[in-house]
Amino acid sequence: MKQIIHIAGRELSTFFDSLTAYVLIVIFLGFSGFFTWIYGADVFFVGQANLNTFFTVAYWSLFIFIPALTMRSIAGELKSGTLELLLTKPVSDWQLILGKFLSTFLLIVIALAPTVIYYFTLWAIGPVDHSAILLGYMGLLLMSMVYISIGLLASCVASNPIIASLVALSVGIFFHIIFDVLAANFVGFLGSFFSYLSLSTHFESISRGVVDSKDLIYFFSIAFLCLFTSKMILSNRNL
Amino acid sequence: MDIVVERLTKRYGPQKAVDNVSFRVKAGEVLGFLGPNGAGKTTTMKAIACYIKPEEGDILVGGYSIHEHPEIIKKNIGYLAENNPLYQEMNIIDFLEFIAKIHGIPKYLIPERILDMIRTCGLEGEKHKLIGELSKGYQQRVGLAQALIHDPDILILDEPTTGLDPNQIVEIRELIKRIGKEKTVILSSHILAEVEATCDRILIINNGRIVVDGTAAELRKQAQGNEILKLGVQGGNIDAIFESLFEIETIDSIDLLDSDKQLFEVQSLPSTSSVKAIFDTCVRKNYYITELTPTETKLEDIFRVLTLH
Repeated sequence: MKQIIHIAGRELSTFFDSLTAYVLIVIFLGFSGFFTWIYGADVFFVGQANLNTFFTVAYWSLFIFIPALTMRSIAGELKSGTLELLLTKPVSDWQLILGKFLSTFLLIVIALAPTVIYYFTLWAIGPVDHSAILLGYMGLLLMSMVYISIGLLASCVASNPIIASLVALSVGIFFHIIFDVLAANFVGFLGSFFSYLSLSTHFESISRGVVDSKDLIYFFSIAFLCLFTSKMILSNRNL
Repeated sequence: MDIVVERLTKRYGPQKAVDNVSFRVKAGEVLGFLGPNGAGKTTTMKAIACYIKPEEGDILVGGYSIHEHPEIIKKNIGYLAENNPLYQEMNIIDFLEFIAKIHGIPKYLIPERILDMIRTCGLEGEKHKLIGELSKGYQQRVGLAQALIHDPDILILDEPTTGLDPNQIVEIRELIKRIGKEKTVILSSHILAEVEATCDRILIINNGRIVVDGTAAELRKQAQGNEILKLGVQGGNIDAIFESLFEIETIDSIDLLDSDKQLFEVQSLPSTSSVKAIFDTCVRKNYYITELTPTETKLEDIFRVLTLH
């Protein structure tokens, strides 16, 4: 566990040293703030004390940002040779993967943290459904978890960070919308199958305020599967 | 800690990088690993450092197998990889601190160990710089510092002096010699003089197989075989000298090197020496010897002979 924290800590400080973290946080807060409070279907336009607009914006922007964060995680280390440095230290493949996962996850938490202000502002304006907002955040974190794992897997598969990011995005887009579109076009078993695979189905059901074990199993199993495959790819390296 | 490599085989596709290699390094020994490019040196070292898994064979480090207890082995090994990968965007102190933490060095000991390493590796003037800003020689020192920070029993150094200037090479060699007094060291290099200067034992590997295993002196002896002398004789006609030399029983062949200076290369029969006989002959015939030098086979020549086919 200590090794995971050390690796995650180093990675996180690299995000901040290289300005990646600041750029991400500024763009994320700028986007979400703009659409939640100022433009389009903002809170005042909707006239309801909920953060649905914010969750939708965050849902999309995290989907786009996460591959950019994870693309270098393994592919970058492999390219610069530092993977050899790390894996000849007392670090197991699992610890490395989980450390990388944790660092990106923590960065997302840090990016989401300031938006808690939105919640308090809203609370001051009108009656807020507290549990719905809490679950909305939980949905975002679960979704990030899935996309980080997909990004890590892509970074293990592709040796080039740019390719890794494109692979992660194109795999991600299936979960993000394509399965949803397919679900709408099929009926019966296939329809419900695609609907179950679609991440948006599960995200919406959680952010509506309903936590079903089915949704949790969905998020955790995809994340685990991707992390496990990443670990297997890393262990079977032939360098 | 002993290192025992048993029938190690590693393939990259159809090509065998290392083919059934076995050797043993005793605790406290400094082993020089030689071989042409692509001979399998780096692959063997990576396998000992638990970075790659061999298809066949095993490596035991202090009795622990790389297949079963890599985490224990990694704790006891300091490894400097060939191209010295480092986190370029970190500064030296942060980087060494990270490595120390990964090695599980107790927190209160970390600052002391970092300072110790900075002193040992001569990094005092640069310690606040980013690694990416350092010259290659200084980066190599950081690489050594990270390999040594946890005071490992075994050091594996893959070409530790490439890219260094002559002064730095001497410094690093001395450092390795100093470290080698207490630790087991495996060191690879292309430079034979370097291996001869620092190592107790030499292992030459070619096409994935071990071709030589022994000390530098043994290696010379083995390759030298027959006594070869460079001989200069004056005080007589060159043909007469040639003939009188030929009468000596222990001499196998004579080549004329320089007819003006009357220099010959004299090769004796296996396990005989002709020095005394030559001397006696010259005294008897009233010649005088201008030069008598045993020709020592250079390590470079041995290396070329052993690895060319």
